[in-house]
Amino acid sequence: MTETLFEKIWNSHVVVERENEPSLIYIDRHLIHEVTSPQAFDGLRVNNRKVRRPDLTVATIDHNVPTTDRSLPMIDETSSTQIKTLEQNCQDFGIKLFGINDPNQGIVHVIGPQLGITLPGSTIVCGDSHTSTQGAFGAFAFGIGTSEVEHTLATQTLWLEKPKTFEIIATGKRKNSFAVTSKDIILSIIKQIGTDGGTGHVLEYHGDAISDLSMEQRMTICNMSIEAGSRAGLIAPDEKTFDYLNNRKFTPKNYDELVDDWKNNLMSDANSKFDKSFTIDVEKIEPQVSWGTNPAMVSDVTSKVPTPEEFGHNNEIQIESAKKALSYMDLKPDTAIVDIPIDRVFIGSCTNARLEDLKDAAEIVKGKTVNSAVSAMVVPGSQMVKLQAEELGLDKIFKDANFEWRESGCSMCLGMNPDILKPGERCASTSNRNFEGRQGSGGRTHLVSPVMAAASAIAGHFVDVREWC
Amino acid sequence: MKPFSKIISIITPFDKANVDTDQIIPKQFLKLITKSGFGKFLFYDWRFNHDGQKKTDFILNDSYYQDSQILVTNENFGCGSSREHAVWALKDFGFDVIISPSFADIFYSNCFKNGVLPIILDIQNIKKLLQFKDKVELDLHSQTIIFGSESITFEIDLHRKIRLLEGLDDIDLTLKEDDKIGIFEKNSSRISIFE
Ligand code: SF4
Repeated sequence: MTETLFEKIWNSHVVVERENEPSLIYIDRHLIHEVTSPQAFDGLRVNNRKVRRPDLTVATIDHNVPTTDRSLPMIDETSSTQIKTLEQNCQDFGIKLFGINDPNQGIVHVIGPQLGITLPGSTIVCGDSHTSTQGAFGAFAFGIGTSEVEHTLATQTLWLEKPKTFEIIATGKRKNSFAVTSKDIILSIIKQIGTDGGTGHVLEYHGDAISDLSMEQRMTICNMSIEAGSRAGLIAPDEKTFDYLNNRKFTPKNYDELVDDWKNNLMSDANSKFDKSFTIDVEKIEPQVSWGTNPAMVSDVTSKVPTPEEFGHNNEIQIESAKKALSYMDLKPDTAIVDIPIDRVFIGSCTNARLEDLKDAAEIVKGKTVNSAVSAMVVPGSQMVKLQAEELGLDKIFKDANFEWRESGCSMCLGMNPDILKPGERCASTSNRNFEGRQGSGGRTHLVSPVMAAASAIAGHFVDVREWC
Repeated sequence: MKPFSKIISIITPFDKANVDTDQIIPKQFLKLITKSGFGKFLFYDWRFNHDGQKKTDFILNDSYYQDSQILVTNENFGCGSSREHAVWALKDFGFDVIISPSFADIFYSNCFKNGVLPIILDIQNIKKLLQFKDKVELDLHSQTIIFGSESITFEIDLHRKIRLLEGLDDIDLTLKEDDKIGIFEKNSSRISIFE
């Protein structure tokens, strides 16, 4: 019988299976951060339970760390309590923590791959939905809630209903592969399949246009899979994957052996059956800009803000939600995307704050200056990304252009720390969610790629970055 | 979790419909780091004035009901955001049983995860209980509530009943498969992060 990649990973992790019931699935990697873990540890303590496999568990602090000077006392007391609590919990339960001053600290989904903790063919969970990022390595990686964090800590397993499979085939070659990025590919996909297109399914991406992408670009695609409603995205590992993970801090000792095994096993069999399928030709894709309040409300940069009817076709609910979105975003239909002015630029988040993202953005920024009406910041995805960028002199390029250069963390992706939009401010953001109030109450988010964000910062409004390179 | 035993307690009559989880536990209190400790913020905006003083006319501030373990309320209790904190707050405050004509779905299942028994009764019986001032006797085993000379029975899913009676949570149930987890680990050793 033929199997998809997802089915192979699933089958090799089943501990208990009964008819018409969820299966008990073994978890190979459990990543933890300060916001969704405190009650889970509290639950363990109350019931006198231990962490079953501290050696498969690792923690960091990312959601509410300050990205300014870390030696200053924290502004928000509850955030600082959450951070101290995680430190104590890790100490009490014997879990390795990359704390606030650790060179390995960073956004949890950025450091997993960077440290070689992420492995092809494994199951990975974290109390955060964008865990899907690590699916780019051919792992089944997904977000969980606080009760499930506690369950995983205690048992290293989870009861799961088996998801269905959905293949996304990306064909063709991008026309300008510097200006049209993997962010534009995934935004185009979500625009077409909708924010619930992947519900109940694991998305597996393949095709020439996917093989063509670097690992960091693939992570952007898998990261946003959950914005299409699916819990996980998956890309079969190849030479690029194996090269990326080689010689990282926690790369396993018998790595070559593992690679041989992965090469033979970790792919969907020819003719394997998916429950759903969708094909996209990347040759036609332009840089994308979101105009609304969900990640399917997206337009080509050369087009206009749609009317609610154009967006919703004949679907009343969609038309209504587009009307609400336009009013929240303070946008009129038929406005050219390039005529929308911006106040803020945020280059950061687990979607687009890895080294390549920063390199590409710096390429655009080099020798130019941020528009005087705009305030712009770069928040590297991890301290290691920050250091590598500084070694390349990227910090200088950004600072010379009047970008702020920060310490790593989630920052303005969700505004749990002091980095937030003021009501009414309009932001070009490389993050993944443009929900109402996501980056600060009343703030307006436009999702774009790092090069689009960089060019817009200079221009003061959205621009077609293809004309810049 | 503690096994659920017979309860003898007075009832706190709380004659409100559509009580949502943001009223049960307002969002400014979600940044706590424990499951316990939410009790003091239960129904915060109803219990306290702006200056932090207790509102004397709110029933949960009435010392007569101080040791009550049973909350009787009206339909659609626990609607709104799915936060598990709402159940944590009720439990921490001292309620082990919530009786209502209907509950929001997620709230209902969150109750069982945290050792709280939600009971659905018809409106007539709810009305009677809201009026009853003395102690009642609530027995999950026989699924009965005895108040004065009257007695009512209630429905509950058998699996959930057993789990409450034995005090088993999700993790306890999984730990019954512990040997299988152990065998799985033995047969295909997992790659430790820190070899
Ligand atoms: S960067 Fe944003 S999306 Fe990513 S983990 Fe942090 S808050 Fe979540």
